[in-house]
Amino acid sequence: MVYIVILSIILGIEVIESVPAVLHTPLMSGANAIHGVVVVGAIIVMGTAEPDDYLALILGFLAVILGTVNVVGGFVVTDRMLDMFKKKPAKKD
Amino acid sequence: MGEYILEIAYLIASVLYIFGLKMMSGPKTARNGNLWAAAGMFIAIVATITLYTYDIKNEAGDIEKGVHLGNKLWIGGGIAIGTILGYMMAKKVQMTDMPQMVSLFNGMGGACAAIIGIIEFPHYAHDSSSSFLILLTIYAGLVIGSTSFAGSMVAFLKLNGNLKKDIRFPLYNVVNTGLIIAAIGLTICLAGGHIGTENVDMWVYILLGLSLSYGILFVLPIGGADMPVVISLLNSFTGMAAAFAGFLYGNMAMLTGGILVGSAGTILTVVMCKGMNRSLTAVIFGAFGTGGKDVVAGGGDGTQKSYKQTNPSDLAVLLNYSSKVIIVPGYGLAVAQAQHVVNEMENILTSRGVEVKYAIHPVAGRMPGHMNVLLAESNVEYDKLVEMEDINAEFATCDVVLVLGANDVVNPAAKEDPASPIYGMPILNVEDAKHTVVNKRSMNVGYAGIDNDLFYRDKTSMLFGDAKKVLTELVGELKAL
Repeated sequence: MVYIVILSIILGIEVIESVPAVLHTPLMSGANAIHGVVVVGAIIVMGTAEPDDYLALILGFLAVILGTVNVVGGFVVTDRMLDMFKKKPAKKD
Repeated sequence: MGEYILEIAYLIASVLYIFGLKMMSGPKTARNGNLWAAAGMFIAIVATITLYTYDIKNEAGDIEKGVHLGNKLWIGGGIAIGTILGYMMAKKVQMTDMPQMVSLFNGMGGACAAIIGIIEFPHYAHDSSSSFLILLTIYAGLVIGSTSFAGSMVAFLKLNGNLKKDIRFPLYNVVNTGLIIAAIGLTICLAGGHIGTENVDMWVYILLGLSLSYGILFVLPIGGADMPVVISLLNSFTGMAAAFAGFLYGNMAMLTGGILVGSAGTILTVVMCKGMNRSLTAVIFGAFGTGGKDVVAGGGDGTQKSYKQTNPSDLAVLLNYSSKVIIVPGYGLAVAQAQHVVNEMENILTSRGVEVKYAIHPVAGRMPGHMNVLLAESNVEYDKLVEMEDINAEFATCDVVLVLGANDVVNPAAKEDPASPIYGMPILNVEDAKHTVVNKRSMNVGYAGIDNDLFYRDKTSMLFGDAKKVLTELVGELKAL
């Protein structure tokens, strides 16, 4: 697991380093959507909760909603932003 | 069998995130990259719901292996509500409000991580066999997640204009540093089992309170152009919180996704700081736009400095007979929704042989690249958007600079006045041009809350009014010429 941690850190740095400032906003927004993966944890919490553990169920339910909003909203917003860059014909090509 | 498929699904998801992020760093592949990452996320979520299994001890004391997740109705319902909410919010938001939207989504991710910690800690804290590392993971996720949540909410309120002031308490840095040391110390005590099990719950909630207060206090005094840096930093915080949760469950998809965002977000933060020539510590501890005294536009010393005023018809003539015009768009332009009118004006001028370019400051708008997104929305060609380093040399050869709703990014104080809070921030050298025309609604100060000497210079004339209204008049005058 330590290998994965270190490799992921290096990958993250490697991937971002050469980004033009123009794309910072979409990239931040895209990365924002990816950390919504935390919703998987919320799903596990809910799925393993006892059916009569209402605190866990209610909080978990809330967590699933929040996490999903993060994921879906993040990707859709990013897509909208990037869509605008694509609409016009790329002259440089 | 199921668990192998699950692991493979997580592997595929992780690879998709990585390629997605990689593709997002190039303008041409960016959109597909986003879709790839989204596909990875979809795989991870579906695989978790259908394939995730765990072991439980049943009432007889036997261990039941490979139990599938329960409460699927709840999970499905939560996802359905979240999807609809997220989709609607993302579709409805104005492009100008993008930064606070990102901040809001980020806060939700942080809250999600914090809630996982709140639900999970009793299972582990009351079990003496829990290792230091596992407990540390839970508490760290809780602390970082809730800090990110509270911070993002403050950032959201500030960007949304609900919270205008950059509040700064006396002894601010002392209080804040104290809070973070207390939170770290308490985390280690809790993880190390130094607090008796009967008191654990109370102390964990105290820890939660500390983290939330730290998140609020951390963002509260930060303002001006430093805001995007903070959002990016909070973004990487949430990534780390997700990674800690992934560590807790030994979940690869969460681990790689979280760490990827954590490290990428940190680098992005550093890159942004470099773009503004500020160090990260200066952003966090420094006083940006928090000089303490209220700055009065028109000269803080009480004397009213004089400025020249112009009108659309004069400006139309001036622009029509120029050979080169550079437009400096700012947040004011975006707020007035004047992007399309600007594009119309640009087309008229171009058709009359005037060379038109846009000078994009790295933090124009509210986030790096924000202005590019807004102008791209109104079909301004990508080639005409020139970044600061490339355009600064061109101002000297340009006849008219049209500053539309930008303020701090053209403030010469950043170069000339060491006492100014924005001193050291790179700016657009608009004062090199033959004429500078500044469109603003009034003489009020900009987002950083400081006066702008540019407006009182000889070569500068002011054009007051809402950007859209003024530009529409200008376009009308141009057509009539």
